[in-house]
Amino acid sequence: MANDTFDMYRHADPYLLDEPTRQKLVDHARSDFPYEVCGLIAHRANGSHIVYPIRNAERSMTYYAMDPRELLGAMRLIEDRGDRFTIYHSHTHSEAYPSATDIRLAAYPEATYLIVTLQDSANPAMRAYAICDGEVSEKPVVFS
Amino acid sequence: MPVVRIPSVLRKHTDGEAKVAIDGASVRDVFAGLIAKHPDLAESLLDGDTVRGFINVYVDDEDIRYIGGLDAPCSDTEEIAIMPAVAGGSSFQAFR
Repeated sequence: MANDTFDMYRHADPYLLDEPTRQKLVDHARSDFPYEVCGLIAHRANGSHIVYPIRNAERSMTYYAMDPRELLGAMRLIEDRGDRFTIYHSHTHSEAYPSATDIRLAAYPEATYLIVTLQDSANPAMRAYAICDGEVSEKPVVFS
Repeated sequence: MPVVRIPSVLRKHTDGEAKVAIDGASVRDVFAGLIAKHPDLAESLLDGDTVRGFINVYVDDEDIRYIGGLDAPCSDTEEIAIMPAVAGGSSFQAFR
């Protein structure tokens, strides 16, 4: 298992997050527990991050759908600046693995998909993935 | 003329262009012109005569579902945004 993990990560670029951004994501995930939350993270050219929490229009414990108007507003800002971006959402009672639903509905191949889990509420965890044409590859998350 | 904002997933069909200016007085006319210029967009964008269900289309900030659908009017100064929905969730565990 350890060797498999090493091999999986050996060719994957690390996904970098600073501590303030990590805390914002955790705070957002906890803010509407037990419902899933979602949003975008813009990655600026200077290395900074901007978190855009977006309303979960479904307000479900097992499903999220970003409010289309809020998504449009945030995406316009991100795209017009030329930022890379992350799509994040929370899993409130399960591990931070992409579900079949996550994979099937992933429509932005250039984005990183970040899942924040509150399965162990005292120790929130997050994992990052690229999802393209149904194929999932994990990126090691590195906090700075 | 109106400008169409192309989402990243569809830019492979527009030679990488993120914004395409296409003349037309309605979303239908603009999309017809857009597809005439970039035919490979048709299957990704439309399901017959309707926009695919997971794609939201806006004229500026107005969802076209509420302003006439594909017959929604648009002016030269407006932007038509094509925005795939973002959704998912923990419903099923695919793999560990």
